[in-house]
Amino acid sequence: MEKTKERHDHPMKVRQARGDRAFGLLNTALLTLFCLFVLFPLVHMLAVSFSGGYHVLRGEVTFWPKGMTLYTYRSLLSDNSIPHAYWNTIRYTFLGTALAIFMTSICAYPLSRPKFFGRKFFSFLAIFTMLFNVGMVANFMVVYSLGLKNTIYAILFPTAINVYNMVIMRTFFQGIPEEIYESANLDGANDLRTFFQIILPISKPVIASIVLFYAVGKWNEFMPALLYMDNKKDYPMQMILRNIVLSSQATDTSTDSALVGQSLKYAAIFITIAPILAVYPFLQKFFTKGIMIGSLKG
Amino acid sequence: MVKAPVSPARRRKWVKHLIDSKWLLLMFFLPLVYFIVFKYGAMTWLIIAFKKFSAVKGIWRSRWIGTKYFEQFLGDAYFWKLVRNTVVMNLYLIVFSFPVPIFLALLINEHRVKYFRKTVQTISYIPYFVSTVAVCGLITTMLSSDGMITNVIRALTGSSKAYLTDPKAFRVIYIVSEIWSTAGWGSIIYLASLAGIDPGLYEAAQIDGASRWKQILHISLPGIASVISIQLLLTIGRMLDIGYEKILLLYSGSTYETADVVSTYLYRRSILTADYSYGCAISLFQGVMSLLLVSAANKAAKQIGETSLW
Repeated sequence: MEKTKERHDHPMKVRQARGDRAFGLLNTALLTLFCLFVLFPLVHMLAVSFSGGYHVLRGEVTFWPKGMTLYTYRSLLSDNSIPHAYWNTIRYTFLGTALAIFMTSICAYPLSRPKFFGRKFFSFLAIFTMLFNVGMVANFMVVYSLGLKNTIYAILFPTAINVYNMVIMRTFFQGIPEEIYESANLDGANDLRTFFQIILPISKPVIASIVLFYAVGKWNEFMPALLYMDNKKDYPMQMILRNIVLSSQATDTSTDSALVGQSLKYAAIFITIAPILAVYPFLQKFFTKGIMIGSLKG
Repeated sequence: MVKAPVSPARRRKWVKHLIDSKWLLLMFFLPLVYFIVFKYGAMTWLIIAFKKFSAVKGIWRSRWIGTKYFEQFLGDAYFWKLVRNTVVMNLYLIVFSFPVPIFLALLINEHRVKYFRKTVQTISYIPYFVSTVAVCGLITTMLSSDGMITNVIRALTGSSKAYLTDPKAFRVIYIVSEIWSTAGWGSIIYLASLAGIDPGLYEAAQIDGASRWKQILHISLPGIASVISIQLLLTIGRMLDIGYEKILLLYSGSTYETADVVSTYLYRRSILTADYSYGCAISLFQGVMSLLLVSAANKAAKQIGETSLW
């Protein structure tokens, strides 16, 4: 992608220079506006979450905190339920991602091998589940009838393979030159060894992408917990956030709660999304790479 | 399948093929169990759409009831409201939200300063990582009676309303937040396809004296036209799954009028009231309609781009 990026940087004819400069300025302006649109709620959130309740109530805080305080964060973290929910989220994300990447790769690999017996049939079996969405009630009934409700398995198992991610991986495996498989075969390695010792190590980029997709998905999801977890002690952070942010909507009448209300909500939101926002810039290329591999198919 | 007896040679080949893939079959065992239990197992549960499900009797011994639940759902006047809301919301999305990532990609692609491009990309992808719950939290807090946006509107116009409970405002809120969340991330795919356009085309156009604007119109846009149409078809194909998580978090009794869609209705009327048979009937309806839409979209995509969605 980067190679072709410099293509416009050729010497231009003088006649065009004026119109092009106007175009360039307009372009910069529009993109800057878009970035401000994206950043505005986030910066506002940060500013309010660090501000004193009095200033927030008077509507004085926009993009810079006033009456700087850590009160909201302290009160959030002193409530035991939040560190506990945080721990749940970490647990679900870690175990869920580990299980999902394992299941997805052992599903994608056989489906990528031309010699796999019943490849067409099994591929259809997998892809069809992506095309036909059974809906939340049927999924709920499966979890319920297997007795998984209110256990961690209800969060981990039903989403162990995301077919879309599986297809991305399969596409990547298919792009590996056939000679590698042949030479492994000549060396007497069976399919299992070939997969674990040769294919997996050279597939690090795609695995990194898929791991990140799963991890972000797990960190951010709330529906499984809403459907399958009845006890507050099993709630992940997103569920707690949902209760903090949405429950007070109707009851936000007393001045006292309004005084801290906004700052507290913003602080809770920030705590929830902060870890991902903190690591994202460093991992950005893996995310975009995953999308690219996904779009190359066909 | 075939009447003629299978020749020994063919059978031997068949068995050899099977033995050759024994390790692959072993590997595929767990995924297969997963699909059978969690995906096809769930499909089996859809049978209760035709039964009066009772938890005591279970899936098989519950009494058959025919298409009663379908008639109930499709015959309800409320059904048409759900269809209308789903279609209108999708139309709004296609008109207002769908083009944004395309514009964004074109603008980023045309910008000459590499660091600026990189920065814009990094910033515009951020919202994708903000969870639905957090996005809805930002929306409800900024639009609350003492929220930032409400304050700004009050300062500008002298009056303000409770926007979250206003059915007229719901679609605007939904679409704007959808643009915020998805525009940057959606532009990646267009950027990738813009990068694939032959640079020689731009050089030739420059020699012919085409302005930057003309280059976008006659080279960039046609170059990504097939990707645009495939994305559009995908959007249409997924129409019925429209962000129910977000609507579920944002809507309230006073905004059902414009906000309620099939999936939110399904959650309210089935999970919350434990009316599972009715829920499965709605799911089945929704699933079949989606399948038809996606298949039609795929057929159309094949015609346009000579490429299939799957």
